[in-house]
Amino acid sequence: MTAIIKGTTGDWEMVIGLEVHAQIISQSKLMSCSPASFGAQPNENVSFVDSAFPGMLPVVNKECVRQAVRTGLALGAKINKKSVFARKNYFYADLPQGYQISQADQPTVGEGVVTIDLQDGTTKEIGIERLHIEQDAGKSIHDQHPEKSFIDLNRSGVGLMEIVSNPDIRSAEEAGAYFTKIQTIVQYIDSCDGIMARGSMRADVNVSVRRVGDKNLGTRTECKNINSVRFIKQAIMVEATRQVEILENGGVIDQETRLFDAEKGETRTMRSKEDAHDYRYFPDPDLLPVVIDDEFINECKDSLPELPDTKKERFINEFGLSSYDGAVLVANKKNASYFEKVASGVKNKKLAANWVVSELFGALKKAELDINDCPVKAQDLAELISLIEDNTISGKIAKEVFADMFKTSKKPAVIVEEKGLKQITDTGAIEGIIDTVITENPNQVAKVKENPKLIGWFVGQVMQKTAGKANPAMVNKLLAQKLK
Amino acid sequence: MTDLTKLTISQATTGLKNKDFSAVELTTSYINQMEKTDNLNAYITKTTDNALSQAKIADNNIASGNMRPMEGMPIAHKDLLCTKGVKTTAGSKMLDNFTPDYESTVSQKLAESGCISLGKLNLDQFAMGSNGQSSFYGGTKNPWGNDLVAGGSSSGSACAVSARSAIASTGTDTGGSIRQPSAFCGVAGIRPTYGRCSRWGVVAYASSLDQVGPIGKDVRDCAIMLSNMSGHDEKDSTSANIPVPDFEAVLTGDVKGLKIGIPKEYYIDDMPQEIAKIWDNGKKMLVEAGAEIVDVSLPHTKYALPAYYIIACAEASSNLSRYDGVRYGHRVSGKELDEMYELTRSEGFGEEVKRRILMGTYVLSAGFYDAYYIKAQKVRRLVANDFKKAFESVDALLTPITPSPAFKIGENQEDPVKMYLNDVFSVTLNMAGLPGMSVPVGLSDSGLPLGLQIIGKAFDEETVLKASYALEKQAKFDATPNI
Repeated sequence: MTAIIKGTTGDWEMVIGLEVHAQIISQSKLMSCSPASFGAQPNENVSFVDSAFPGMLPVVNKECVRQAVRTGLALGAKINKKSVFARKNYFYADLPQGYQISQADQPTVGEGVVTIDLQDGTTKEIGIERLHIEQDAGKSIHDQHPEKSFIDLNRSGVGLMEIVSNPDIRSAEEAGAYFTKIQTIVQYIDSCDGIMARGSMRADVNVSVRRVGDKNLGTRTECKNINSVRFIKQAIMVEATRQVEILENGGVIDQETRLFDAEKGETRTMRSKEDAHDYRYFPDPDLLPVVIDDEFINECKDSLPELPDTKKERFINEFGLSSYDGAVLVANKKNASYFEKVASGVKNKKLAANWVVSELFGALKKAELDINDCPVKAQDLAELISLIEDNTISGKIAKEVFADMFKTSKKPAVIVEEKGLKQITDTGAIEGIIDTVITENPNQVAKVKENPKLIGWFVGQVMQKTAGKANPAMVNKLLAQKLK
Repeated sequence: MTDLTKLTISQATTGLKNKDFSAVELTTSYINQMEKTDNLNAYITKTTDNALSQAKIADNNIASGNMRPMEGMPIAHKDLLCTKGVKTTAGSKMLDNFTPDYESTVSQKLAESGCISLGKLNLDQFAMGSNGQSSFYGGTKNPWGNDLVAGGSSSGSACAVSARSAIASTGTDTGGSIRQPSAFCGVAGIRPTYGRCSRWGVVAYASSLDQVGPIGKDVRDCAIMLSNMSGHDEKDSTSANIPVPDFEAVLTGDVKGLKIGIPKEYYIDDMPQEIAKIWDNGKKMLVEAGAEIVDVSLPHTKYALPAYYIIACAEASSNLSRYDGVRYGHRVSGKELDEMYELTRSEGFGEEVKRRILMGTYVLSAGFYDAYYIKAQKVRRLVANDFKKAFESVDALLTPITPSPAFKIGENQEDPVKMYLNDVFSVTLNMAGLPGMSVPVGLSDSGLPLGLQIIGKAFDEETVLKASYALEKQAKFDATPNI
């Protein structure tokens, strides 16, 4: 869905491309044996290779290549059987080698496509240009000493996947959905933990604008290193609006690298085109080309779990879920797996989806809890839904029971038993209560004969007298008979 | 007792085995010779105390019958090989204060074979140079004349073997850095096939061309050294996973039926008479030994030298980026990071290193990459193909190794291009990754040693050594410098 920016001279559209950096899940770094784990003491996970001591040589970690190939397959992308690591040369204090080992014209993964789900229930395909493998840089810390900068090389050399999209994105919403989809996919296949707060995933955002209907691309700018979906969307809106203003005032856009300042809500120049690095890419002579065969690719393929798109299709086709529920449920691997556990224990899968999507997710959101910390076990939720299905309790009572389960983690049957919430399905008992209500309210009885819609009032009375436990369907049926 | 430093590795090993002398005696002789020849400036760092304690261990091993293949052999390493706990400078101010906490694979292998290290040998800064004069620690002198260069970049490695201050040495050869100084100093040196020896722990100059190899008193000593330093190393992705033969076993002197190619393109313009003559003599010697001489053509030879300098400098410019003063080595503080880089690198690197970094940066720059780097890579492939084709009809090639004997210190100094021309016979095989050996075969008109080069197929060091040995036997080169 193209978002339009209304300018003073007409309508503008945004053209957006994302470069998503995703840290690879692997035991050790891309080119050395140091642990790639997060949270170690500064400079603890650093070998002579990572700190670029004289005579040290890189050796490609096969696991990182495997993860990149798996991710490529999950993105429906072309896998290149031969890829080449290249050096990207620049000086910085947290880049010990003076170059980053990356991939230039021969990446491991080529073109692919991802389908994104949009708010209005529609989907859109975003093209992937490539996925390449590279080393992460270390970290410079500037705020711990008045004159000095500190360097932490723990992250230096950790494997990254850079996933480059085509400029197919047309709105901040699409950009957010695209990023989230990549996040979902890498989390499904365990190639990246996707935790943005740790910097495991971040994005460079390329934005340009053009008048609606214009086929040519405008000059783009790049906002580097954005580390949340909210900021990605904000940066796009801020930057696109800035560009429209400049163009409408007769200005030109400089192709440059910009920094998004979330606090000030602005983007500003980081590096102009003139200051742009000349990275002097060339094939790394310390490494041989990476050559993989069909067997390796097939092994990668076989190791993939059911992917979110496939799962969504299955939920729709097998369980009869709506596209919306399907999309919501598969967006997170753990949510999907929770739902599947619930669904396996009940007959009505759609009812299960409703419960998970509205009741459970609502309660979790309100309590600010992750599905991992959910106090209600999937099996217990399934039991609760079964109690509705076999008429032990009504849907309304079930909500009460659920609230209790969420608080106490007790089993639904226990709560129903303890509180005596079992539904009254005995015709005689319900008839007795109905008779009492009829006897006590002759005026209402007279009115309902004129206006049958008033029957609802009687239902309410009966439910009140049974503390909501009477089977609503039976109450309705019996009342209709008696008040005929 | 005879001067123990005159013995070759094979002779000294026999002597130790027969208890004619001890490893401590052998090592002491070399330490004395190191002192005596100190003026040649072959060593940057001497580890004599450690060498003596190693020699005692060697004697114990010999006494207990646990003699390793090179037990008690006092060698020395080019100061480009990282040695644990021993300063490793690459001949530069940049690494003047650098002591690695790790040992290069090659020096480790030699130590495990029983070798004793006498110290670290002088070299052109970061192995860049052909005259051994660009070291931060001063130039190396040639044992054959104190006013002469020892060649480069493995200047100390060739000088020490020639001056008998090490029984053998390690060197590295990116464009001729083992073979040229060996020729200038009248000793034998082989550059193995690219991938034969691990580059791990060796300060990198040009990764796709660098290769470690031995320098020895004769071909046999080189064969023994090579057998003990070669082999696959998981830590070097470019090291070849193929078995290492017993190189000494092929030294029979019999080259009957061996086809030796003479590439016509090596008859360069203005080739000095004495070089042409010694080459001609070499052919006759090999024919005498039973080999067959075949004329071959390597048509792209003349493009190899310029293309070599483009590739080597490109890789060097990137390889030397790590010397930034941040984590180790020389540092000059600056107000900002960029200033620190500038000051550190300006002061830490010598002229030749800076020149090559500049050239390398230039040829990799946007707009020049295709015209220089890519073109040079194409030349490289053509050069490699030339060799491949030639080796369809011959087993090895015989060529000169240097265009002249050792020249005077200070000569060619002002003209880098003229200096680079020294490598004209040596760089071609580096471009193709092939093995090549320099063998001393005679003296120049001025009484200086001259060498010839045998070039072989990839991973066929055996034929190179076999032909070189035959050449050596025929040449009967027994001249020694007057020390």
